[in-house]
Amino acid sequence: MRFELSDRSSGDRATPGKITARAVDVYYGAKRALHNITLNIDGNRVTALIGPSGCGKSTFLRCLNRMNDTIDICRVHGQIELDGEDIYAKTIDTVQLRARVGMVFQKPNPFPKSIYDNIAYGPRIHGLAQRGPEMDEIVQSSLERAGLWNEVKDRLKEPGTGLSGGQQQRLCIARAIAVSPEVILMDEPCSALDPIATAHIEELIDELRENYTIIIVTHNMQQAARVSQKTAFFHLGEMVECNDTEEIFTNPRDERTHGYITGRYG
Amino acid sequence: MTDLSSTAPFSRSSHRSEAFEARLQRRYRSERMFQRAGIGAIIFAGLMLVMLLTTIVLNGYTAFWQSRFDVSVYFDPEAISPSGSIDPETLSAGDYPALVRSALTELVPAATGRDGKRALMELVSSAAGYTLRAMVMADPKLIGTHQTVSLLASDNTDQFIKGHIARSALPGERTVSDRQIGWIDDLRAKGVLKSHFSLDVLTQPNSRQPEQAGMWGALIGSIMTMLVTLALAVPVGVAAAVYLEEFAPQNRWTDLIEVNINNLAAVPSIVFGLLGLSMFLNFFGLPRSSALIGGVVLALMTLPTIIIASRAALKSVPPSIREAALGIGASPLQVILHHVLPLAAPGILTGTILGLARALGETAPLLLIGMVAFVVNVPAALSDPSTVLPVQIFMWADAPERGWTERTSAAIMLLLGFLILMNALAVLLRKKFERRW
Repeated sequence: MRFELSDRSSGDRATPGKITARAVDVYYGAKRALHNITLNIDGNRVTALIGPSGCGKSTFLRCLNRMNDTIDICRVHGQIELDGEDIYAKTIDTVQLRARVGMVFQKPNPFPKSIYDNIAYGPRIHGLAQRGPEMDEIVQSSLERAGLWNEVKDRLKEPGTGLSGGQQQRLCIARAIAVSPEVILMDEPCSALDPIATAHIEELIDELRENYTIIIVTHNMQQAARVSQKTAFFHLGEMVECNDTEEIFTNPRDERTHGYITGRYG
Repeated sequence: MTDLSSTAPFSRSSHRSEAFEARLQRRYRSERMFQRAGIGAIIFAGLMLVMLLTTIVLNGYTAFWQSRFDVSVYFDPEAISPSGSIDPETLSAGDYPALVRSALTELVPAATGRDGKRALMELVSSAAGYTLRAMVMADPKLIGTHQTVSLLASDNTDQFIKGHIARSALPGERTVSDRQIGWIDDLRAKGVLKSHFSLDVLTQPNSRQPEQAGMWGALIGSIMTMLVTLALAVPVGVAAAVYLEEFAPQNRWTDLIEVNINNLAAVPSIVFGLLGLSMFLNFFGLPRSSALIGGVVLALMTLPTIIIASRAALKSVPPSIREAALGIGASPLQVILHHVLPLAAPGILTGTILGLARALGETAPLLLIGMVAFVVNVPAALSDPSTVLPVQIFMWADAPERGWTERTSAAIMLLLGFLILMNALAVLLRKKFERRW
């Protein structure tokens, strides 16, 4: 099986060690969902997390902005650092953390409000801008960066839920961008979209790499190969292998990685 | 390549076999039967409803017509104020029934002697004297003049005219005598006694005399009680639901609370009345028969309904919306106030209105806290003695005179009208604010 690999050079502005996870274990009640994950994620790069269903890649992703805190029975052990700061330390505020680490979900989930309000909500609650021209500018630049501005500029007052699936997902990306995060987590952002909308999002991810650190969970190995510079392969709650995407897809070291990318299981 | 048909579990030709056709027919037949049963059930329920409503309306519409005497009354100074003084105390002590009596005797000279005059006076409501007194008190210049006044007929006269007292009944079995029937026929022929359209049944307070009784007091009492219930049950119910649904950890305590709330929703309403009696009246000594206590008791009764409905509405807000808001750094309270509550509002509103509609029709708990008392005054404050519509219906339905029947039905019509209005409002609000995502 051949993969069309990302042809962009991977080293342009990469800042190593943006996020470091050390010996991370996650339990759902008595069930251990992640075993001893140690992983370094570089800044201004796209890191793909791949692996079969239930392997723990989404769980790991949700550890990075502490979304797992909302699940009562979930416990996280180990250390995760963002710019050298332990995000599970008592001094860390989850509200602040999530402003720094944005998230895009599997199913597009715009608020049942206008397109404008969808984008403006984040900046408003964080006090990043006042109502009026300042906010208009944030809304416009966020939509522009998400490649949606031209399609929606004449109907900002219409509900965000009236857009097509692909547009909704880009709206969600724009919403995440609007609070100027450093990291954007994407949990299978294209799994509910058609191929054309998917291509749109993939292009967008590549452009966003300039300014953001992106971590994307995907089931689609071609997608991982196309958009990411680094890939981590998860299997049964363990991180089996993490390497440059090119290496993973052309020369996997582990037997299980090889089996997965060649489609023997998954 | 193997032949596909040979690997199929049965031969494809069986799709066209007679046995298959017959099976298909049976399937359609059972579907038709099922549909017919459903339609039958709806028709049955509809007929029952129509029967109920027709009975009530047929019994009740006559309450909006009232028989009255249009008579010329001489405001005799001798009877009103023999001393000639016009200060209110003297005026209010005047012998006004005498004025009514002389006005009627003029019209019916045949009524002579003590018995005859008493029988004649029985045709007029006891309210007639009070009507004249009120006129004089308002304008003492009327004394010594002749005025045409519309006087309320008595319950028996009214019911006889409406045909509710049969002319053919034996004299001992009806409440109007042959002599009185003669006078009524005579006065109607003269055009003195007539049936008028009247909203008094709605706008007057309660009375011991059916022809004077109205439900204004009960209506005001109901509205005040509902306001108390609304003001208490909604904030408490919604707050409890939000806490239980959004903040409370899942443990034995919250399970216990949930079971208890569900149990409370099924507790017979009279138990809440007993609670109100022992807690608010006996222990705290709050005013008996008041809309305040009625509202509090009904709020307690409605709370579980509102909590359950609100929790269901909160639960139905998709988790993706919560995640979206949390994901861009909204605090848990912001998630609830900005996103979850607005989306759950239509459901909460519907549950609240349905809960209130139930409370509006509730009688049993209010009987225990004294709201069954006979109250003539329209309540002006929450602590005033008052009654409510369903209790008024209960009291009127219990009274023996024929005139109460139509008034009971009229009160039921008003109550049903309110319930229909509230339920329609619930449907409308749900339709208007319901959002899809």
